[in-house]
Amino acid sequence: MKTVVEQTGRRTYTLNMGPQHPSTHGVLRVILDLEGETIVDAKPVIGYLHRGTEKLAEAKTYQQVSPLIDRLDYLACPAYNFAYCLAVEKLLGVEVPPRARYIRVIMAELARIASHLIWLGSHAMDIGAVTVFLYTFREREITYELLEMAAGVRMHQSYFVVGGVRWDLPEGFIPKLKNFLDILPSKIQEYENLLTKNKIWKLRTVGVGVLSKEDAIALGATGPMLRGSGVEWDIRKAYPYSGYEEFEFDIPTGEHGDTYDRYLVRMEEMRQSRRIILQALERLPDGPIQAMEGKLYFPDPDKVRGEHRDMAALIHQFKLVSEGFHPPKGEVYQAIEAPKGELGFYVVSDGGPKPFRLRIRLPSLMNLQTLPVLSKGHKIADMAAIIGTLDIVLGDVDK
Amino acid sequence: MVAMADWLDEVKSRLGEAVLDEAEFRGENTLVLDRGSLPHSLEVLKEEFGFNSLVDLCGLDMGEDQDPRFYVVYHLRNLDTKAQLRVKVGLNEGEKVPSACEVWAGANWMEREAYDMFGIEFEGHPDLTRLYLADDFPGHPLRKDYPTEGYDFEE
Repeated sequence: MKTVVEQTGRRTYTLNMGPQHPSTHGVLRVILDLEGETIVDAKPVIGYLHRGTEKLAEAKTYQQVSPLIDRLDYLACPAYNFAYCLAVEKLLGVEVPPRARYIRVIMAELARIASHLIWLGSHAMDIGAVTVFLYTFREREITYELLEMAAGVRMHQSYFVVGGVRWDLPEGFIPKLKNFLDILPSKIQEYENLLTKNKIWKLRTVGVGVLSKEDAIALGATGPMLRGSGVEWDIRKAYPYSGYEEFEFDIPTGEHGDTYDRYLVRMEEMRQSRRIILQALERLPDGPIQAMEGKLYFPDPDKVRGEHRDMAALIHQFKLVSEGFHPPKGEVYQAIEAPKGELGFYVVSDGGPKPFRLRIRLPSLMNLQTLPVLSKGHKIADMAAIIGTLDIVLGDVDK
Repeated sequence: MVAMADWLDEVKSRLGEAVLDEAEFRGENTLVLDRGSLPHSLEVLKEEFGFNSLVDLCGLDMGEDQDPRFYVVYHLRNLDTKAQLRVKVGLNEGEKVPSACEVWAGANWMEREAYDMFGIEFEGHPDLTRLYLADDFPGHPLRKDYPTEGYDFEE
């Protein structure tokens, strides 16, 4: 029997991808308009993980908001607490002690390495290189052990508090971190051996998901998305915070703005983060770890009810529990270079103990907005590579 | 930061009467612009003063008894000179703001979010639908009169 296929002409059809799809890294839904296998238009539908962080923050004191914040990007928690604390400190006009600044930089760069390791593993797995995932999770585990040592928990550490860090680094942390930094370059080389010159990897990433310089700026893409397109822009260099001007590091940039360039940018960023941590460890100063000790974050329990009981500490403790601290009236915007791009907090204060308005400028959300530009004209199979290269976390898209 | 004051003075004299108010706090500059001057004043800021990057756009509810009740807050940045400027535009219930999508394409989702959360309508937006919440979601949650517990739907 012969099947007669009639030519019906070109037409587009709509395909729903997600919200539960292995390559969407969470609950992202994309409505695809297709012509054959070619993507004509892609429309992301988001909000499946919306938790109303901004509304919740208005009902909590400044210190109480902090644990909500690291639930945004659950793969790079320290970076998120970092930005929030800096914003509130800017509002208060408080200077953080040098030791706390250095500890924060170490933790934030460790978070960048952890975040990039997960990105690399899942991105490669989406494309079909499953081995890389197993390799990166091996090293990622060490970063989580380190964060656990410092904060007591693996995820959602909330190790940073407004005014400094919760407590000092534990014994054994620095040697373990140094060991990790010693092996890291050889491990990064191991991933690169698997991918950088791999023919299949290059076929799947070179020229895929191209974002031009102009589009990147116009659409508000930041972080490796912007740098991959050849714009040398890094908040750590442009508006140094927490003493980043004291460290030497380079800003890697791409040339073509494709998936492969962004891959190279992120690989290099891990090496630069290592460089920053090494410098910070070398110069790590001694001294206090909180500004206005006891007045912004709870005083030492020993001073409240222990042997060294102190009336003033008890009063501060009572005030912090019953109402919190009062920043002056005003509004500030503070941005940091989070692993995924620019993370900004716009805090409006009416002089009360709770934020009047807390606006969070999320990197993943703004980077996801480039998805239609990146995917237009590509085959549907490239969608996995394109979503991977965006390095989104849905908690960070949906707030 | 001497140069900062220079460009700010130039911006103010160029925009003239469109500038209703200005403020400086912790080294950040804020201009309150007349709603009627948009989107022209935003175009001027982009084309003549090089604010090529719209870092953030959000809504702000000052409370039901305030005039204007809402603000749309733009955070602008010049990637070449690193200058930053916050622009605020006030409006009341039922009033609309011209969309900034034509000026910065990235405004699209952020305006949808402001519409979603505050009910602020942007005139000329290509697809003004809710960004996060379901289409049939009642109310706009980030308004000050929207309780954290939500409305009582039984009533």
